[in-house]
Amino acid sequence: MGKESILEIKNIRKSFKDHEVLKNVSLNVDRGEVVSIIGPSGSGKSTILRCATLLERMDGGTLKYKGDIAASDESGTMVYADRNELKRIRRCFGLVFQSFNLFPHYTVLKNIVEPVVLSGQCDADEAKERAMGLLERLGLEEKAEAYPGKLSGGQKQRVSIARALAMKPEILFFDEPTSALDPELTGEVLKVIKSLAAEHMTMVIVTHEMKFAREVSDRVIFLENGEIHSQGTSEELFASDNERLNAFIGKLEQR
Amino acid sequence: MAQWWAGVSETFARCFINEGRYKLLISGIGVTIKVSLLAIVLGMVIGFLIALCNLSKKKPLKIIGKVYTDVIRGTPSVTQLMIIYFVVFATINWAKWIIAAIAFGINSGAYVSEIIRAGILSIDRGQTEAGRSLGLTAKQTMMYIVIPQAVKNIFPAMGNEFITLIKETAIVGYVGLMDIQKAGDFIKSATYEAFMPLVGTAIIYFVLIKLLTIALTKYEAYLRKSEKR
Ligand SMILES: Nc1ncnc2c1ncn2[C@@H]1O[C@H](COP(=O)(O)OP(=O)(O)OP(=O)(O)O)[C@@H](O)[C@H]1O
Ligand SMILES: [Mg+2]
Repeated sequence: MGKESILEIKNIRKSFKDHEVLKNVSLNVDRGEVVSIIGPSGSGKSTILRCATLLERMDGGTLKYKGDIAASDESGTMVYADRNELKRIRRCFGLVFQSFNLFPHYTVLKNIVEPVVLSGQCDADEAKERAMGLLERLGLEEKAEAYPGKLSGGQKQRVSIARALAMKPEILFFDEPTSALDPELTGEVLKVIKSLAAEHMTMVIVTHEMKFAREVSDRVIFLENGEIHSQGTSEELFASDNERLNAFIGKLEQR
Repeated sequence: MAQWWAGVSETFARCFINEGRYKLLISGIGVTIKVSLLAIVLGMVIGFLIALCNLSKKKPLKIIGKVYTDVIRGTPSVTQLMIIYFVVFATINWAKWIIAAIAFGINSGAYVSEIIRAGILSIDRGQTEAGRSLGLTAKQTMMYIVIPQAVKNIFPAMGNEFITLIKETAIVGYVGLMDIQKAGDFIKSATYEAFMPLVGTAIIYFVLIKLLTIALTKYEAYLRKSEKR
């Protein structure tokens, strides 16, 4: 059996005004793969995730999920799939934000249940069961009835991971999931992501945690100035003698 | 002193008791409240729709919203009231107070729409993005995620708008409705007394608005408390 492609990004381009943030970036992710994206601030890491998750319109290139075209440029203009197709495609992926973006007016449980129910995946009882299962797994079952405002950063991020997982995505994107956390709280979140990797969840992770990226990733991509500077397995990349790459990794590891 | 007091109470009786004049004021309070309440409800409905127009990405809707708010904010409310009453509803035989309430609702809608728009824009973009990335439609994200949170931010400004609206209705006398202001004015003409009827009118408005303010403050405190849970 061959590899099943989940995400296919080809030559995407994105500019804000006349600032070209992504220049011809391509990225393929197969089922079960864990890909990390590293790179300096402003290199366009978040923009890649935002284009892939349809939060940002791109200016050129092709975006496919499981072979279905979400967007592609046809003779110079971007064409997005129609509303129903996009709705279907949105179900393929989940996104975990740096700033959690939990819904403050809902309890932890409702944060997880409501999207599942509203998107018509299943009824409230089943969604609740699913949510409780996830909360238990992440060690948060006593927090089910708490409001997000009462949680620590690490707990919030774990809830937001549970919320994304409840949608049963085929691929999960993380945008610096631990950057907003106090250092002593990053561990609990990274542990969750590692356990997902162990179950062969397909993931694309933007991170500044070099040690974590090295341990968890099948492939690491180094992005610079909106272009893929280099990529490879974590052994390859972290053993590379490329000056620019080493300077970047070295700087982060010293912290 | 005793003489002064006798004078005062005689004037008071003449202004408010004789010929049952207090009844005028009481029914005036009724008119003011009826017009204000219906106008507030209409204003919120219209304001919400106009806010959605203003926030929409569709050009024609944007234009409708912009023109509406511009026209309403750029003309006096008396003029609007009179146009609605004597022109738009000239041939329609509805109760006066309902037509007046429609006019004030239309007026208030423009201000409410700005309040709602600002409230919606005050919600962090990450909330919308989270909703969308979790498979909610744009409409669901608005209804279940953004608006419930915006309501809390909107509340104080909305309370101010209610208060302004109640005071604005003091012009309904222009279309022949006997509200608090008009009742006071009527008593003034009938008794040739200015001080008591007009100060009395002011006191009635003040008490009405004070009561509303207290209720709004209580409710806002309640909302804040539920937010902190
Ligand atoms: N909405 C926007 N409007 C204008 N410029 C933007 C916008 N979003 C991002 N940019 C610019 O695009 C560039 C890439 O931003 P991006 O957020 O993708 O970087 P990043 O690699 O995620 O950086 P960081 O590590 O700081 O998160 C930056 O220069 C940023 O200023
Ligand atoms: Mg970023």
